[in-house]
Amino acid sequence: MSLFAFAGALESGLLFSLVALGVFLSFRVLDFPDLTVDGSFPLGAAVAAAALASGVDPFLATGLAIVAGWGAGLVTALLNVRFGIMNLLSGILTMVALFSINLRIMGGPNVPLYNVDTVFDVAQSWFNFGLWTNTVLIAIVAFAAKFLVDWFLKTELGLALRASGENPAMAEAQGIAVGRMALVGMAISNGLVALAGALFAQLQGVADVSMGIGTIVTGLAALIIGEAILGRRMVFVATLGCIVGALVYRLFIALSLSAGFIGIQPQDLNLVTAIVVAIAVVLSKGRAQRNRRRAGMTPRRAPAAKRAG
Amino acid sequence: MLSLNNIHVTFNAGTPTEVRALSDINLKIADGEFVTVIGSNGAGKSTLLSVVVGTVKPERGSVHLDGEDVTAWSPHRRAMHVGRVFQEPRLGTCSSLSIEENLALAAARGKSRGLKGALGTRQNRKWLADQVAKLEIGLEDRMTQPVGTLSGGQRQAISLLMATLLPMKILVLDEHTAALDPGAAAKVLALSTEIAETRKLTTLMVTHSMRDALAVGHRTIMMDSGRIVLDFTEEERAKLTVQDLSSLFGRAIGKQLDDDKMMLA
Ligand SMILES: Nc1ncnc2c1ncn2[C@@H]1O[C@H](COP(=O)(O)OP(=O)(O)OP(=O)(O)O)[C@@H](O)[C@H]1O
Ligand SMILES: [Mg+2]
Repeated sequence: MSLFAFAGALESGLLFSLVALGVFLSFRVLDFPDLTVDGSFPLGAAVAAAALASGVDPFLATGLAIVAGWGAGLVTALLNVRFGIMNLLSGILTMVALFSINLRIMGGPNVPLYNVDTVFDVAQSWFNFGLWTNTVLIAIVAFAAKFLVDWFLKTELGLALRASGENPAMAEAQGIAVGRMALVGMAISNGLVALAGALFAQLQGVADVSMGIGTIVTGLAALIIGEAILGRRMVFVATLGCIVGALVYRLFIALSLSAGFIGIQPQDLNLVTAIVVAIAVVLSKGRAQRNRRRAGMTPRRAPAAKRAG
Repeated sequence: MLSLNNIHVTFNAGTPTEVRALSDINLKIADGEFVTVIGSNGAGKSTLLSVVVGTVKPERGSVHLDGEDVTAWSPHRRAMHVGRVFQEPRLGTCSSLSIEENLALAAARGKSRGLKGALGTRQNRKWLADQVAKLEIGLEDRMTQPVGTLSGGQRQAISLLMATLLPMKILVLDEHTAALDPGAAAKVLALSTEIAETRKLTTLMVTHSMRDALAVGHRTIMMDSGRIVLDFTEEERAKLTVQDLSSLFGRAIGKQLDDDKMMLA
């Protein structure tokens, strides 16, 4: 693999760790299998590109993309919480609607960004690491997002959100408005995904309406690979796993592409991703079952004096 | 004063699986009164408690708390005044959160939850540990351990503490010792009565043990087919044995009790 391809893999790995963080919040913390992601990723790209094309400051444009992502997450959560539509279907409905909305925002299937300054151009004027400038900027954003999520999940609101996802009956009994927590969590989750989309478009120099396809599966792959490597016991480990998983996954893809590994071509990527996710889910299921069996034994082995009885 | 007025609850109304879970329930419980609730499976005991905590909305009737109509209040709003311990120890706590994080959730009940650190200051954490120490089960040294690593009895003790951590009025216990071994059950029951007494909580406790029903609290009600069929005051109860209670119950519902339906404990 060339150095150039390696740098590219790192860039997109770090970038997709933002998606993985979003997917971690929805799938793991909230226990809400959210498919909005395939729409909110290109939404972020579309909003940022449209704003950039009309002369908005690149950081403001990226910020607008995040706000749009919040909106998308809110819509999905509202469909589920307020109107009782099944969570999977809520996400699919928003995702489908976003396809049209993204076309409207961009005024066409794509918006090129060759003649405008992006956040990466601005970063170039701050620090210059040559080939690695973009990687450094995305790494800063990815780790900042990780630490923000870590911090948030330790706040009163964040803890309430975790409780709502893990044990809604208990959360309700402790005075937590479980539905409202879903709104908050889904907004944050899709905000992260939209941020990834906005950066991706600026990195590629184009926003395209079809660039969201497979985002959810990539995010899940990163999440699951991270969990397989680091485990998911503590929040800060799980969020680190999102970054590690996304990097490993992207490097693996880059490697198999460059090696012409069993003839894998770029168009096969979604198939490969789907297979990787399916295998990883099956493997982690087996492990979770073994853990549960082991956990089930512990109370019986606990010393009698320490028990409530 | 907690009062339930003409409460009717029907599940799956208008379908072949329609169940009348509660019909015309009228119940007034004075402040600080501890009521034990018995009755056969499916009698409507859990449904009655769910109406009190607000997770089941009655189709008719009203729930009043100190004169205020709380029928339309959501469960999380009622949680300000009503604490609940579930039958299943896993339901009352969050396994992946530590003991102190679970308690911090309870400590924020009724307050708006913002972006402050959930565990708060060092004094705050000390206060939480002090509350756990009062349970006298040695958990105050394990505050940072995930609750998922505790035994059922320990989890139930923590649930009880969470339900009653802040000033509140009504404590609702639904067979909260049923999933525990006898030793742990006795300990958790003793803790419950102690907390209810010292805090003067209005308490509703469902139990399948007639002996516990008579021994604990101030008043015993018996339910069958969605109705309250017997209601004993403290004086009336004092004269009753477990045998008396089961034969009275048999007469009240017009049939002998199946031993497999109600354990004579
Ligand atoms: N969510 C529900 N949907 C439909 N039917 C329900 C529901 N909850 C309870 N029921 C029915 O209502 C009736 C009363 O149930 P409830 O759980 O209140 O009984 P219980 O007295 O608590 O019984 P047990 O001693 O078995 O816990 C039963 O016939 C039950 O099947
Ligand atoms: Mg019950």
